[in-house]
Amino acid sequence: MAEQVETFNASQSDYKVVATHKGNYSETLNAGIAAFRAGEQPEILMVFEVGTATMMAAKGAIKPVYEVMADSGADFDSDAYIGAVKGYYTSTDGEMLSLPFNSSTPVLWVNRDALKDAGVDPDSDLSTWQNVGAVLDQLKEAGHECPLTTAWQSWIHLENLSAYHNVPFASQENGFAGVDTELQLNGPVQVKHIDQMGQWAKDGKFVYKGRRNEGGADFRGGTCALFTESSAGYAGIKSEAQFEFDVRPLPYWEGVEGAPQNTIIGGASLWVMEGHTDEEYKAVAAFLNFLSSAEIQAKWHQDTGYLPITSAAGDLTREQGFYDENPGTDIAVKQMTTNEPTANSKGLRLGSFDQIRGIIDEELEAVWAGDKDAQAALDSAKQRGDQLLRRFEAAN
Amino acid sequence: MEKRVTFKGWLLPLLLLLPQVIITAVFFFYPAGQAIYQSLFIPDPFGLSMRFVGLGNFEFLLSDPYYRASFVTTAVFSILVTVVSMGAALYLAVLADRLIKGSGTYRTLLIWPYAVAPAVAGVLWMFMFNTRVGVVSWYLGLLGYDWNHVLNEGEAMGLVVVASAWGRVSYNFLFFLAGLQAIPRSVIEAAAIDGAHFWTRFRTIVFPLLSPTTFFLLVVNIVYAFFETFGVIHTITAGGPQQATTILVYKVYADGFVGQDLGSSAAQSVILLLVVGLLTIIQFKFIERRVHY
Repeated sequence: MAEQVETFNASQSDYKVVATHKGNYSETLNAGIAAFRAGEQPEILMVFEVGTATMMAAKGAIKPVYEVMADSGADFDSDAYIGAVKGYYTSTDGEMLSLPFNSSTPVLWVNRDALKDAGVDPDSDLSTWQNVGAVLDQLKEAGHECPLTTAWQSWIHLENLSAYHNVPFASQENGFAGVDTELQLNGPVQVKHIDQMGQWAKDGKFVYKGRRNEGGADFRGGTCALFTESSAGYAGIKSEAQFEFDVRPLPYWEGVEGAPQNTIIGGASLWVMEGHTDEEYKAVAAFLNFLSSAEIQAKWHQDTGYLPITSAAGDLTREQGFYDENPGTDIAVKQMTTNEPTANSKGLRLGSFDQIRGIIDEELEAVWAGDKDAQAALDSAKQRGDQLLRRFEAAN
Repeated sequence: MEKRVTFKGWLLPLLLLLPQVIITAVFFFYPAGQAIYQSLFIPDPFGLSMRFVGLGNFEFLLSDPYYRASFVTTAVFSILVTVVSMGAALYLAVLADRLIKGSGTYRTLLIWPYAVAPAVAGVLWMFMFNTRVGVVSWYLGLLGYDWNHVLNEGEAMGLVVVASAWGRVSYNFLFFLAGLQAIPRSVIEAAAIDGAHFWTRFRTIVFPLLSPTTFFLLVVNIVYAFFETFGVIHTITAGGPQQATTILVYKVYADGFVGQDLGSSAAQSVILLLVVGLLTIIQFKFIERRVHY
């Protein structure tokens, strides 16, 4: 990001962008909100995907990106952006509200050496959870101490699981159609998956490392054989892993109708805040256009493993031969784009979502610890999450 | 007869009191008033609109079993932190008090941890017990104990208690040591001549004479455990696993600054204010009676 800002400032002399770091995603959103309340909001605020509903509801605090672009007369073609990426940040009328910035999607990372050591063919098919289960059995039998771990459990094993199997995570099109939404994460597909994961946890085949990406260090250090994590884990794994690794599509349950659909994104988008001059908005528009340009996006995609936000950037990356040199790096892109997103797989737009994720984390921990069965935990997550959704509905 | 010293006029006393009054007003009464006001609304995060709900926020909180459970967690946590930090400090102070050689060095070393901020202490302990790279958890593993505070509620609670109590031991140690040294040697020597052993002397003379210090520390430590342990919890467990280490003040933060639910957060602050006020009153009413000054 700092590099992009520098390139932008150097590329023209009309405007100067100043980037400020305010901490992690939750902290940044807080700082932005506090700044707005104090009347000192920045022009652009980077907000993680979970904060999307909060930002959307804040009419009067934000200026939609399509409006910024139109007012400043900048070239803007929202069709240039990849559907599955921009869909998350687009209103139901198809208007882009914030500019997708860093987007990633979950994939399966494989330690090929660990598989070989356990006598498993490192090229075995891991596209379904059934097959993954069989490999986990073999790894366990061979005495492997951490066959599978995960990062971001709610995002990967519930939110993406639901989209990938084309089942709803919440009513009202996952919250896209209104704030009177209720969680539906306790359906049969989700319960079956969490139940299986709980069983694996009990047998020592799935090892829980923490709510965020704590498991990443275990995978990069070679302790864990399989790892479900964002495609953006690429840069870290590539620089640290002392073993042969492989990236595979996120597994799905064979036999579930409609699977595999498409996975959804995580990451952040750039929101433009209200209360600035036209001249400043012109600068904002120029900067956002610069960020969306194919060259900048292609470099960003190749350096970090985040998804390109425009089709042009993906094409440019292919032309540059990056995918041929780094096999597997296009898996995330394919996984997101092979199917046209459905109402269940466009994304999620839920109020208080950061807190709801916290609740889901707690309930899943109860399953991994063997305190609750999957059905009871997910029922409880729904019930507790719905309370927060009702409060969000009341506040907006 | 009681002797009273009175000053003429009221301007000077008022002037002398003013700084404290202003500080209390700005940093306590104003924010507390704001919290009470905000607890009656459900506002949107950006402050664009507010919906009056009366006592709705309180109703919502008190009907939430997880919020009620948080009271129990807070009680368990505070009692453990207070007992552990005061117990260890008293033990060390008694030992240091009896030292003849090198007492200065020991004292300095014991006071050292107080200089470490709670959040930093939290990070230190987190690294020692980290399930992957932690030194302590690695040794525990060698002994055949599988340490995992990420999933085990008891271990998580134990870890945050020890991490919170650790820095506090120094503070308590200072006060206990000063208290011990203020006890007249002659009284203890007289008891020793009468044939009282160390333990008897401690139980019947030292501990009662130490009671003002103990009482002061009790109040201060409970307030510490309620409010200032936030950094430790945030860095080590973030309130988990499940909600095993979500104490009241952590929930205020989580709901307000993670969930952006400012109404509920304000209501929780008000409840917390009442709880601590009540606790302090109880302490002064009932425990202080047993203190010998």
